[in-house]
Order: sequence, then structure tokens, then C-alpha cells
Amino acid sequence: MNIPVNQGILLAAILFCIGLVGLLVRRDIIFMLMSVEVMLNAAGLAFIVAGSAWGQADGQVMFIFILAMAAAEVSVGLALIIQMFMKFKSVDTNMASTMNEQKKISNT
Amino acid sequence: MILVWLILLLIGCGFLAWLTGRWSDILPRVISLTGVFIQLIIIVSLLLEHKQGSQWIISYAHAWIPFFGIQIKVAADGLSLLMLLLTSFLGLLSILVSWKEINKKVGFFHFNLMFVLAGITGVFISLDLFLFYFSWEVMLIPMYFLISIWGNEKRTYAAYKFFLFTQASGLLMFLSILGLYFIHGHNTGTYTFDYEQLLGTKMSTQTAFILMLGFVIAFIVKLSTVPFHSWLPDAHTQAPTAGSVILAGLLLKTGAYGLIRFVLPLFPQASHQFAPIAMTLGVISILYGAKLAFAQTDLKRLIAYISVSHMGFILLGIYAFNEIAMQGVVMQMIAHGISTGALFIIAGALHERIHTRDMEQMGGLWTKVPKMGALALIFIMGSLGLPGLGNFIAEILILIGSFFADKALTIIATLGLIASTIYALRIMQKVFYGKEEKKWVIADLGFREMAIMLSLTIVIIWLGLFPNCILKVSKSPVQKIIESTNRVFDVQENVVSQRIIIKN
Amino acid sequence: MKDLLWLIVALPFAGALILTIFGKRSPRLVSAFIGVGSVSLAAIITILLGIGFMSHNPTGIPYHQLLWQWMDVDGLSLNIAFNLDSVSLTFIFVITFVGALIHLYSAQFMWKEEEGFARFFIFMNLFIGFMLILVLADNMLLLYLGWEGVGLCSYLLIGFWYKDPANGYAARKAFIVTRIGDFTMAIGLFILFTTYHTLNIKDILAAAPSTWAVGSGIALTTALLLLGGAIGKSAQLPLQTWLPDAMAGPSPVSALIHSATMVTAGVYLIARMHVLFELAPIAQHIIAIIGAITLLVAGMAALNQYDIKKVLAYSTISQIGYMFVALGVGAWSAAIFHFMIHAFFKSLLFLGAGAVILVMNDEHNMFKMGGLWKKLPVTFWTFLIAASSLTALPLLTAGFYSKDKILWLAYSSDKGSVWLWLAGLAGAFITALYTFRMVFITFFGKAKMEPTSRPGIFITIPLIILSILSFAGGFIELPGDMGHVTLLSDFIQKTMPAVMVQQSGYRIELIFQVIAAIVAIGGVWLAYIFYFNKQFDPAELKQNGLQRFFYKGWDFDLLYDKVFVTPMVFLARINKNDFIDQFYTSLASFTRLLHKGLSATQNGKLRWYATAIAIGAIVILTIIFYL
Repeated sequence: MNIPVNQGILLAAILFCIGLVGLLVRRDIIFMLMSVEVMLNAAGLAFIVAGSAWGQADGQVMFIFILAMAAAEVSVGLALIIQMFMKFKSVDTNMASTMNEQKKISNT
Repeated sequence: MILVWLILLLIGCGFLAWLTGRWSDILPRVISLTGVFIQLIIIVSLLLEHKQGSQWIISYAHAWIPFFGIQIKVAADGLSLLMLLLTSFLGLLSILVSWKEINKKVGFFHFNLMFVLAGITGVFISLDLFLFYFSWEVMLIPMYFLISIWGNEKRTYAAYKFFLFTQASGLLMFLSILGLYFIHGHNTGTYTFDYEQLLGTKMSTQTAFILMLGFVIAFIVKLSTVPFHSWLPDAHTQAPTAGSVILAGLLLKTGAYGLIRFVLPLFPQASHQFAPIAMTLGVISILYGAKLAFAQTDLKRLIAYISVSHMGFILLGIYAFNEIAMQGVVMQMIAHGISTGALFIIAGALHERIHTRDMEQMGGLWTKVPKMGALALIFIMGSLGLPGLGNFIAEILILIGSFFADKALTIIATLGLIASTIYALRIMQKVFYGKEEKKWVIADLGFREMAIMLSLTIVIIWLGLFPNCILKVSKSPVQKIIESTNRVFDVQENVVSQRIIIKN
Repeated sequence: MKDLLWLIVALPFAGALILTIFGKRSPRLVSAFIGVGSVSLAAIITILLGIGFMSHNPTGIPYHQLLWQWMDVDGLSLNIAFNLDSVSLTFIFVITFVGALIHLYSAQFMWKEEEGFARFFIFMNLFIGFMLILVLADNMLLLYLGWEGVGLCSYLLIGFWYKDPANGYAARKAFIVTRIGDFTMAIGLFILFTTYHTLNIKDILAAAPSTWAVGSGIALTTALLLLGGAIGKSAQLPLQTWLPDAMAGPSPVSALIHSATMVTAGVYLIARMHVLFELAPIAQHIIAIIGAITLLVAGMAALNQYDIKKVLAYSTISQIGYMFVALGVGAWSAAIFHFMIHAFFKSLLFLGAGAVILVMNDEHNMFKMGGLWKKLPVTFWTFLIAASSLTALPLLTAGFYSKDKILWLAYSSDKGSVWLWLAGLAGAFITALYTFRMVFITFFGKAKMEPTSRPGIFITIPLIILSILSFAGGFIELPGDMGHVTLLSDFIQKTMPAVMVQQSGYRIELIFQVIAAIVAIGGVWLAYIFYFNKQFDPAELKQNGLQRFFYKGWDFDLLYDKVFVTPMVFLARINKNDFIDQFYTSLASFTRLLHKGLSATQNGKLRWYATAIAIGAIVILTIIFYL
């Protein structure tokens, strides 16, 4: 059965926004990572819908691409989170803000 | 070729000094002293055997980056040779002055000193605008190091300020140079930075005025004219003695030289348009500088403002466009370099002994250091324009020349005579006369310092009594520049008749 | 002989140079010898040269000696050259002769100076050298060199005892006030050069009558500007405030500089440039008026002083006022005559006062002295002769002949007027009054302090010589009804024009002389009544308001302080840090502000960055799709 392309893209967009909002609002880095996953999958959904609209397999190929990339990214991300936890003893992103300018304003 | 060798000699001595500085403190001093001394001898011999008549006494040209029309083109006429003489003389004295004063990183110090002198030499002899800008920038960076490494308490601030002011204005000049380059290329098809070929470039009056402004702003900032003078007091005060001597004696004069050599011949009509503004700025510098000098309690800062005031005379004289005033400008460049350099050396000697520049803590020092007092008296009298010393000749020539050009402004400028008396006598009173504020135990000038001061004294008195030896040399270059500037108005009646009167 | 003209100028400079190099190391006697010897030698050569000039040169052709070319710039061609004519010869005679006597006096006067002995003679010699350059210069710029040089030496000598800041202040005041005059003179020089294209005095004077019309604006302006310079140097109104303070210097300095030579430089200038002043009659009239007002103002001030040197200082201002009156009515030789005689008696008065101060332990207050006529006879008698000359007591004093000539010509010259004469007459009365007030208080009455010693031989010899000159110097110029000897005026008139007299006739002149004599004697008599042998208690020296006003020199100092000095110092102080610099520091502050602001965006927070990326992406996409 044919789902209109617009609705599919709309679903993808809504998912993307949910992911984005989740990324921006969450303080916990693990939840941020999950939100990034949601965003990635939303993008994947958009590709699938477009692929089926055009009737070509490219959309499916892109989705597999995105899945692979997401898997790689998650593993690297989790490793970094473990390092971050060891340094800051917390998964709160606000703790990890030492690269700022405020403390280092120098006078000439 | 010998001109290029002068620069290379200084650069070579600089590198040698840096290298030997690693294991000896004396060697760099001796090496740089020898280098500058050789330069002095070469310049003196060039001056003595120079032939009249031709425009340039000595010149050399060699292609550098032919694609852009950049050459190494250097030439010297009477004016440049006089400036080079001043450079080597003051360079020699500044090395002697830092003999005991600079004790850390001696090699690097002399490296910077040599490079500054090399840059200044380049400025005075360049005839290729790119090479000129190159030398202009070469002067800046070593000077920045000199101030910020060996300076006094606020040295970083002063060094930054000096660098930013002169760099920014230099960029404006570079824009003008590029503008000139492109317009000339557009007109004639040859893209070149050569000064002699760029003379007489045809352009509209507005363009000429804007391009001229780029040059003028760079030179005025270097000349420390009000309102662009505020880098000067800080730079002079915080620099080590040798740095102050070179700053006051030479760097300021590069601005004046640039105006005479480049602005006036390249943009004669625009210069005439700009003249009233320039002369007014000059007069404001004279009086405002004097007023500020009077208010200071830091000795070196006071002397720095004296420089601002005296440079106002130079600006006034340059834009009067007649030979008398311009000869006065040449005299002022030399005499001011000598007298202010001497004052800075005395201030430095005092600073070395009592470790303060605050005049409120000095007083009654004549009893302790009579030789220093007597020499300070001579140079303070020079600053206020006492006849018999070189500064008087300079000021009176400038004032007489400017009187032809603008009577009212000259009268206001002459008020500078009274103003200079007020600040000059204040130095004598606060430092050497009066009650002793604090009981200092200090030694009078030693052999080396006396030798420096005596040579400066003899020169300034010689300039005051026998100025012709300088005026003869600069006569024909000055005449040529004045003629080329005034040629614009050959068609106008009244100015021609005025020139006839002057010639009579 | 004439070729030695340059030597007269070179000797004092050579003396100064030798003393600069060797003064500290040589014994005092050697320094004194060099210092006094150089000027004395110059005086001897001057006298010989003068005799040669007068005998071989009946028409008074000036002698010109070129030393070297000073500068040559596009039409401005100046030489270091000397011009000797009758006027400059008179001046250099006074300068070197009186100068030599004063140097001799100073050798003994300054003997007790701990470290400044050689320094004193260096400055004194320099002064003589510069003053000689001033009067011998053949062009205006060389004259200006001498002019400024004497100003410098005056500054150095007034502030000679530099440890006391008040002396330094007086010295600075002198230099600055005279510089104001120099400023106007410099502008006058500019106008002269732009008009005549030369600064050679002879050429200007020759070309002036044909270039400028009589009474023209430009002649008036130039004359007034030169007059400004003369007023500054000669301490006339309104630039007279520096001279009384200059008494802070040692007495020989006051004698040499502030009575005989430097302050008469203005008189020399006006006399030398007389052609210009004749072309501007208004200016010449102003000279006379300034002279007349000054002599009255200064006279009243002198009458209320209690420091003996200040009396003499105001007296100098007053007497130069007389010279200005003479110049103003065109009586050139009378002015120069009075200059010469004044040099004799005023320097004698200063030297005598100095001797008194020296032996009275540095006491300057006349009211603390008294009864000295018996204790210091030589000083007293020489002082008395000088005082009589100053008062112009009839017939027996040189001052009578010179001052009376001025009074007579103030009335009878074709530029004179009865008002000038009356002012001069009133001034003569006041002069007599304050002079003999000074004499009676200082030398008569009860002795309040004993002199600690007697003045030495080298102090008394110059006193005696000068007193002889104060007595007999006038006999070279006797008025019409007394033998009509005109030695000096003939001599001067070889260079300067004669004064035009409206009405002559010996009988009228006699009446004037009698009136003047009566006035002078009347003043002495009044002083006798008030001050002779009267008791004065210095502790309660009261002065009422009017007297205080005169004492402070008519409060010019207060006026100048309020109008010029205080505002200037205030303006300087509030702008010590240069408000223009604020513009540049504000640029730097602005940059730092931006830095603070922008660095807030780098807070290291991950979510902040992510938000920024998101917003940025939205903005750019909007721009791409909709614009």
C-alpha cells in the first residue's frame, strides 16, 4: 500500500526534531547519544521513503550505510564516554566545559 | 654598490653579535661598535668627496622581483647622506651608551640594534617603493623587541602601542603605494614600484589626495604629530637609553624624510591642498607638546613631549614650500637628533644611578653631579632655541620660511619660544637646582659617558656656529624638491611673483 | 689696531672656556686671575682701539670686520661680523671698563664661595662676551644671538646660589618674561626679512626710508614689535616685573647686568634701529609715554622698599624710563649719555650696597642698618657721590648733566611735550626722595648692627674709580649755557642724527635747569626731614595699604599670576595624561570589551555548541531556500 511521500518525509522530520530536541535538552551524555541515534534513524527513514518514491534501491543502500556508520559512531562515542566518566566522575555534560575562554581572559 | 654593502655590513654584524653573545658579553658590543664605526667612516668619506651637479651622488639598481617591477634601487643625495651620517653617529653613541647598561641577552640586544640601524639606513636610501616599505617594516620589529625586553616597568604596553600605531599607519601607506602602482600601470602599461618612474603619474585630484593621505598618515604618525602622537611618550619612557636615542634621534626623522622625499614630489598638487591643514597640525603640535611637557613629572616623558613639540616645527617647515624653511627642516632633523639624544643619555645616566625618573625625587643634584648638570644645561638651552647652538638655526630658518607662507600660523608657532622656555627651565630647576629632595649618593659622569656627551656638545655648538657645512650639502637636493613641488603653480600669477621675490 | 676688534669679544669667551676646563682643579687665585684678566685685557684693547678710532677717524666711518659666513640660504645671507661705530664704541667701552672693575670687585666679593667661584667667573665672562656681540653685531640675527645669550647668563647668575629654590624661581621669571619680549622681537625680525630680504642692519636702515612711508602701518607694526623686545630686556612697563626679583643674585651681578649692561640692551636696540622708529612716529611717541609712566611707577615703588637692593632695582627701572623718554623724543645722544653716566653711578651704588651687605652679615634690610658713615668711610663717601649723581644734584655730579639734558629735551624737542617734562620732573623729585631716604637710613642714625669687617682693597678700588667717573663723567657734555661742550654728542652724532629742538635759547634752558635743581634739592631736603637721624624700629615697620601696594611694585605680579600663570598651570595639570591618549586607550578598551563579549560564546558547553550549530543550520537553509 502506498503511503504518500509527504507523510513519510513528515514523519522523518518529526523524528529528527524529536531527536534534536532530545539532544539539546538532555544533560546526560548517554541520553544525548540516544537522541543522536534517533536523529540518524530519522535521516535513514527519509532516505527509505525517498527511495521508494523514486522506485530505486539507492535509498535502501543509504540506509545500510547509515546503520554501519551509526554503529561505528556509537562504539567510539561510548568509549569516549567511559574516558569522560573516568576524568570528570560524572556523565553530566556541563561538567566537561573546561575549554572555555571565560577563565582565561588575559590583560595585555 | 657601496650603499647595499652598508646595509649588509650592519646585518652581518648583527648576526655575528647574536652568535658571539652566547659566550661573551664584550664581543657583541665590540663587533657592533666596529660595524657602525666603519659605516660612519664610509659615509664621511662619501660626503667629503661628493660632486655637485648630478641629482644623486651615488646610486645602484638591481632587479629583485621583476615580475612585479620590484628592484633593489638605492641612491643617496646630499639629504640622504646627511641622514645616514646622523644614523651612524647616533648608532655609535647608542652602542657606547648601552655598554654598561645592558647586561642580559647582550648578543640579541645588539642584533636588534643593528637591524634597526639597517632598516633606517634602508629607509634613507631606498628609491623603490616596495623596498622602502620593506625597510620601513624592518625598522619596527627589532625596535619592538628592544622596548619590550630591555625596557622599563611598563615596557610591554609601550612596545605594543608603538608597534600597533606604526604598523597600522604603515599599512595605509602600503595601500597608497599599491594604488600608485596600479594607477601608473594602468596609465602607462608598465607596472613598477620605481620611485623615479612613478614621479609625475597622472591621476585625478581626488585620487591623488586620497593616495597622498595614506602616505601622509604613515609619516605623520611616525613624526608624532598631534593627534597621532600618543605612542611616543610611552615608547620613549619605557625604552632603554639606546632605544630612546634611536627612537628620538632617527625614527622620528624617517617620517620627516618620507614626507620630503616621497609625499612632496609624488603629489605636488595634493600637498599644496593639504598644506594649510598640515601647518595647523604642526603649530598645534608645537604648543600642545610644550604644554604637556610642562606638566610631566617623569623626566623621560617630559623629554619625549619635547620631541613632539620640535617635530611640530618640522611639519610646519615642510609645508611652507620654500627653500629657507626646508633647509631649516634639515637642520632641525640633525640638531634635534643630537640635542634630544643627549638629553635622553643624561636621563638614562641619571636613571642608572638613582633608579627613578620621577623628578619630584630629584633636586639640588648640581652639587653631586656638576658635569652632568653643566652638560644638561647646554642641551636644555638647545631645546629652548638658544642662539649659538644648532637648534636655533633650525628654528629660525623654519620660522622665517613659514612666515613667507602663512603669517598668522607662524606668529602662533613663535609662541613656542616662550613655551619651550617654560618647560626647559623647569627641568633644570626640578632636577639640578633647588633643594635636595632625597640624599642621593651618586657618581658623576665617567670617562665613557663624558666622551659621548662631549662629542655631542662639540657637534651641537659646531652646528650653531658653522651651519653652512650642513646647509651646503643639502642645498641642491632641497632646491630640487622645492622646485618640483612648486612647478605645479607655474601658471598662477601671484605665486610666481612671490617666488621671484624670494629669489631676489 | 682695528683688526683686534674680534679679540675684544674673543677674550671673555676664551676666559670662560679655560675656566670651564680647568676651573675646578686650579687654585682660586688662578681662576680669579683668568676671569678678571680676560675682561681687563678686553677693556685695555677697547680703550686703545677707541683712541685710535677717535683720532684717525674724524668723520666716524664705521669699521667693519668680517669673521666668517654664518649661513647662506636662498637669499638669507648672514655673517659673523662686527661693526664698530661711535655708538657701539661707547657701549663697548662701558661694558668692558665697568665690567672689568666689577670683575675685580667680585674676585674679593665672591672669595668665600665654596664651590662656585670658578663657575661665577665663567658665567660673568660669558655674559660680557655675549653683550659685546650684541652691541657689535652687524646683522639682526647676530644681535639676537647676543640678546638671548645675555638672557641666558642673567638666568644663570640670578640663580647662582641655586640651593635656594626662590633664587631659581626668580631666575626663571627673568628668563621667561624677557622671552615674551624676545617673541615679539622675533616676529619683528621676520617682517624685516620678508620686506628687505636681508637682516644686515646697515642695509635695512639704508633701504627703510624708501621702502616704508612715514607713519605706515607696517612700519608701526615692526617698530612696536621691536619695542616689545626692548621693553622685555629693559624692564619697562609692562614687562618690568622680573627685575626686582633678580636681586636674588649676588650684588656684582646686579651691578653688571641689571644696571649697567643687559637692561640697557633695549636702549641700544632702539637707538640702533632709529630709522625704523623715525618712520613710525606713533611708536616713538609710545616709547616716550612708556618711559614716562614707568619712571613714575618705579619711583613710587622704590620709595616704599626696605631692602636696599630692591630700592636700587626699582631705581634702575626708573632711570631706564628716562632713557626711553629721551629715545622717544629723538634725543639719541642724550639717551646714550645718560646710559653711560647711569652705568657709572648705578653700578657704583650696587657695588657699594653689596659691600655693605657683605660686611653686615648678609643683611639686606636698610632699617636694620644705620650709623655706617663713620664705620665704612670709603664706602659711604663713594655711595654718597653716586647717590648725588642719581639725584642729579646740580653742577657737581655727572648725573645732573645727563638727566637735565633729557629733561630739557623732553620739553624742547620737536617730538617732546610739556607732559613728558612734568613727568620727568616729578620723577626727579621722587628719585631724590628715595635716594636720600636710602642714604640716610643706611648710613646715618643709630647703629643697630656692627659691621663684621671692613671691605677689602679690591672692593674699594673699583668703588673709588667709579665714583670719580660719577663725578667727572658729565663734563664731556655741558649744556648750552654752561660752556656748551658737546664732546659726546658730536661723537654720537657721527652715527646718529641730532635731535631737532623746537625752541632753544640759553635763557629758557637755564630756567629749566634751575627748576630741576630746585626739585632735586627739595627732594633731598624732604628726605632729610623725614629720615635723617630718626628712630626706626625694624620690628614694627608698618605700611598702610597704599604703601604696601607700592611696595609690591603696584601688584603687577599678582595681576600676571592671576591672568597668566595660574590658568596655565591649571590647564597643564588637569591634562597631564593627555586626553588625546584617551581616544586610543578607549580603542583598546573597546577591543577588550568585544573580546569579553565574544568569549562568552566559548563556554565549553557541549549543548551550547550544538544549539549554535542547529540555529546556524536553520538560518542558512532559510537563506538558501527563500532568498
